[in-house]
Amino acid sequence: MSAVFEQIFQVGFLAAIIRIATPLAFATLGEMFSERAGVLNLGIEGIMLLSAMAGFTAASLSGSLWLGVLVAVLTGALMGALHALFTVALGLSQHVCGIGVTLFSSGLAYFLYRLIFGQQSVPPSITGFKPVPIPLLADIPVLGPAVFNQFTLVYLAIIAVPLAAFVLYRTPWGLSVRMVGENPRAVDSAGVSVIATRFQAVILGGALMGLAGAFLTMAQFNAFTFGVVSGRGWVAIALVVFGRWDPWRSAGAALLFAFVDALQLRMQASGLGHVPYEAFLMLPFIFTIVAMAVMSRNAVAPSALLKPFRREER
Amino acid sequence: MFRLEARTSTPAWFNLALPLVAIATTLILCSGLIAVTGAGVIEAYGVMLSASLGDSYAITETLVRAAPMIFTGLAVAIAFRAKFWNIGAEGQLLAGAVASCFVGAIPMPGYLAMLLMALAGAAAGALVALVPATLRVKFKVDDVVSSLLLNSVIYYALMALIEGPWKDTFSGYPISPPIEDSANFPVLIEGTRLHLGVVVALIAAPLCWFLIARTTLGFRIRVTGENPEAARYGGINVQRVLLSTALLSGALAGLAGVGEVGGVHFQVMSDISPGYGYSGIVVAMLARLNPLGVMPAAIFLAAVMTGAEAMSRATGVPAFLSDVIQGTALLAMLVALLFTAYRIRRVGASS
Repeated sequence: MSAVFEQIFQVGFLAAIIRIATPLAFATLGEMFSERAGVLNLGIEGIMLLSAMAGFTAASLSGSLWLGVLVAVLTGALMGALHALFTVALGLSQHVCGIGVTLFSSGLAYFLYRLIFGQQSVPPSITGFKPVPIPLLADIPVLGPAVFNQFTLVYLAIIAVPLAAFVLYRTPWGLSVRMVGENPRAVDSAGVSVIATRFQAVILGGALMGLAGAFLTMAQFNAFTFGVVSGRGWVAIALVVFGRWDPWRSAGAALLFAFVDALQLRMQASGLGHVPYEAFLMLPFIFTIVAMAVMSRNAVAPSALLKPFRREER
Repeated sequence: MFRLEARTSTPAWFNLALPLVAIATTLILCSGLIAVTGAGVIEAYGVMLSASLGDSYAITETLVRAAPMIFTGLAVAIAFRAKFWNIGAEGQLLAGAVASCFVGAIPMPGYLAMLLMALAGAAAGALVALVPATLRVKFKVDDVVSSLLLNSVIYYALMALIEGPWKDTFSGYPISPPIEDSANFPVLIEGTRLHLGVVVALIAAPLCWFLIARTTLGFRIRVTGENPEAARYGGINVQRVLLSTALLSGALAGLAGVGEVGGVHFQVMSDISPGYGYSGIVVAMLARLNPLGVMPAAIFLAAVMTGAEAMSRATGVPAFLSDVIQGTALLAMLVALLFTAYRIRRVGASS
């Protein structure tokens, strides 16, 4: 009997890790594409929030969850395009623009949500995605129910990691992205448009951030609240650095963070923790700051990060 | 045909014109959102204006809200002048609030308590700001990301304190014990919330202007920001200037927290700052990083925030319009700043 209980416990714990990691993986991959092209996107926190709101609203009004996901992705892409317009086309400072995009998008999300749904004591909710077991794989003990009996969006995240690595390292476009992030002058003289490539990478990044937002309101919480993102965007910024701007490492960092977060939730629920749960939530940020100091000797950040590209300045 | 042309100098009236153009653009863009709700644009903005600046009580309320943003705006403006990218004013404010609340809870004569609260809050903010500055100077760590991430660290530390050992035993909410009554900042006009800290904020702005414009340290800060190579060549210890800037900037942001504890909330809670640290970036940019400009810029944002609540009650337009205005104003100002670097020239077809 206790063995059965233990197994359920482990399955639940593993499944929780996967679910916490999914939106972080999308957001982290999104930020990574943007930064690999040389554009820091501090708009991520607001972009996730606005996408989460837009997706939830679309799903709630139309009754179609996938339409909601599409709207969230398009919203993310649109806000990515806005950030690119300011930072790439106009060459404005990336960090200040990013804060501007976050302030603007979160303000707009709050405003539109309140306008559409009014002030309600219980936030309206939707019936979110249901787990879809994958035949055969879901029957594997422990791992099966935890990993292969999940939302479709979770499978999408699992596929997105190798796909992102493939796109970044094995396709001509990925090469352009990496080049515009390292040495835009060289790419420019090779006839690749720095501006266009950066735009594409930031828009793709925004779309991925939109997926992260969609997961929050349509699979994880099935409702929109003002704190639905609550710093996950900033966590993604940290994870990209911690994952050294690499899709695999970044996804690994997301899993590690999700593990710590799931552990923290479990300890909180069981009332075991003598350590305040905030200590766990702080960890990824502290780790990243320390990691940045340690890694700074071997510069791994894209060298053109934060640097606008202006053709006439040579 | 029009083309962009690099500018070598900018006329002085730009300092006033650009923020005004940015604000006007913002209000025009945001009027679209008001129109969507079905409310009258003029009416909504009218209520906003009269509720924030229309009578003397409203003005005091706006000033009370402007005070923390004057401090964070100064913190950001001075940091950005040296190109120390301090995105961490939010965390520095929280650290200042916690430290001053600790000190304010110790029984002692009122004015001594207030002085020590200010010192403790400024020191706490300065210490937090020193982290990203030291990491940049010693390890070449990007200050944008490290100062931003520290905000989350400080926030969770604050939460751990007020949900744990520092939780007020008389309250069901996660909230710190209040400071001593004698440490509450005196109210200057009876019947309002206008407290001593607001006056300190209004005095701090010209002092910071003097520091930046007229002192050796200010000169060093400006040169370090504008041309670090020249600064080094001229015998300025750039690293030391960056550290001093961080201390100053963090102390100012810490003082924002002190004012909120001593003059408004008298204790620390999780939402003691509705993002005043980030608003400081908006304020500093609107002020074109000029400490004197920080005052009107902070008062503008405060008026929008105070006015938005009344506007919401009167017209049903969600008060979150003020958040949209803040974000839009920052982006509009950044675009407007392009005119300081470029000018639009009409060129003939032949050229």
